[in-house]
Amino acid sequence: MGKRLAIIATKGTLDMAYPPLILATTAAALDYEVHIFWTFYGLQVLKKDRDLKISPLGNPAMPMIPPGMKTEIPMPNIAFMIPGMEILASNMMKQKLKEKGVASIDDLLEMAIESEVKMIACQMTVDLFDFKHSDLIDGLEYAGAARFFEVAQGADIVLFI
Amino acid sequence: MADKTLDAKGLNCPLPILRAKKALKEMELGQILAIEATDPGSAKDFESFCAQTGNELVKASEAAGVYYYEIKRAS
Repeated sequence: MGKRLAIIATKGTLDMAYPPLILATTAAALDYEVHIFWTFYGLQVLKKDRDLKISPLGNPAMPMIPPGMKTEIPMPNIAFMIPGMEILASNMMKQKLKEKGVASIDDLLEMAIESEVKMIACQMTVDLFDFKHSDLIDGLEYAGAARFFEVAQGADIVLFI
Repeated sequence: MADKTLDAKGLNCPLPILRAKKALKEMELGQILAIEATDPGSAKDFESFCAQTGNELVKASEAAGVYYYEIKRAS
């Protein structure tokens, strides 16, 4: 008891929403007190009407394996500039995640809240992108960098994702 | 004899651990939770989970791709 984890989550794509939420929920299960400071694109994960997508463009190591198949389809990065490819790749990824029994982001977020992971939303980002507090899920604390340091000071593990 | 059984087959990381934690929370100290899983990563993960939470891994085995664990609630 008494262990603390502090995470800064800065990314808002489907694939990058996973690491902070997997680590936060697992740490909570290991009796850590967990705090996530969501900033910049990380706030997309907290939107009530979130529709997270992967960005295959500029993410060349991402294997393209259609659901139900085991082998990778070679796909040049330039192919992802074609309109609709991002949606196609995102749907493929979502189906793959389901097929493999990986929790959805909605589920992980719900489990994080259930296990009392403390969520801090960056107020500066809210202003920057003209978000409204009502666009984001309930139960968030709105604060800035100084608040993060208060949380991170004395944390056993601090991660920037 | 297990007091409760958790079917975590088909679930992937970190769901078996999260479900096990939730189940253990609802149990009494000394009671045993049996878990069935198919995630090969769960073998190391349940060891680590018990080492860090103080719960006792009483049994761990595998047969035909199904991993079986018994965890005694000790914390």
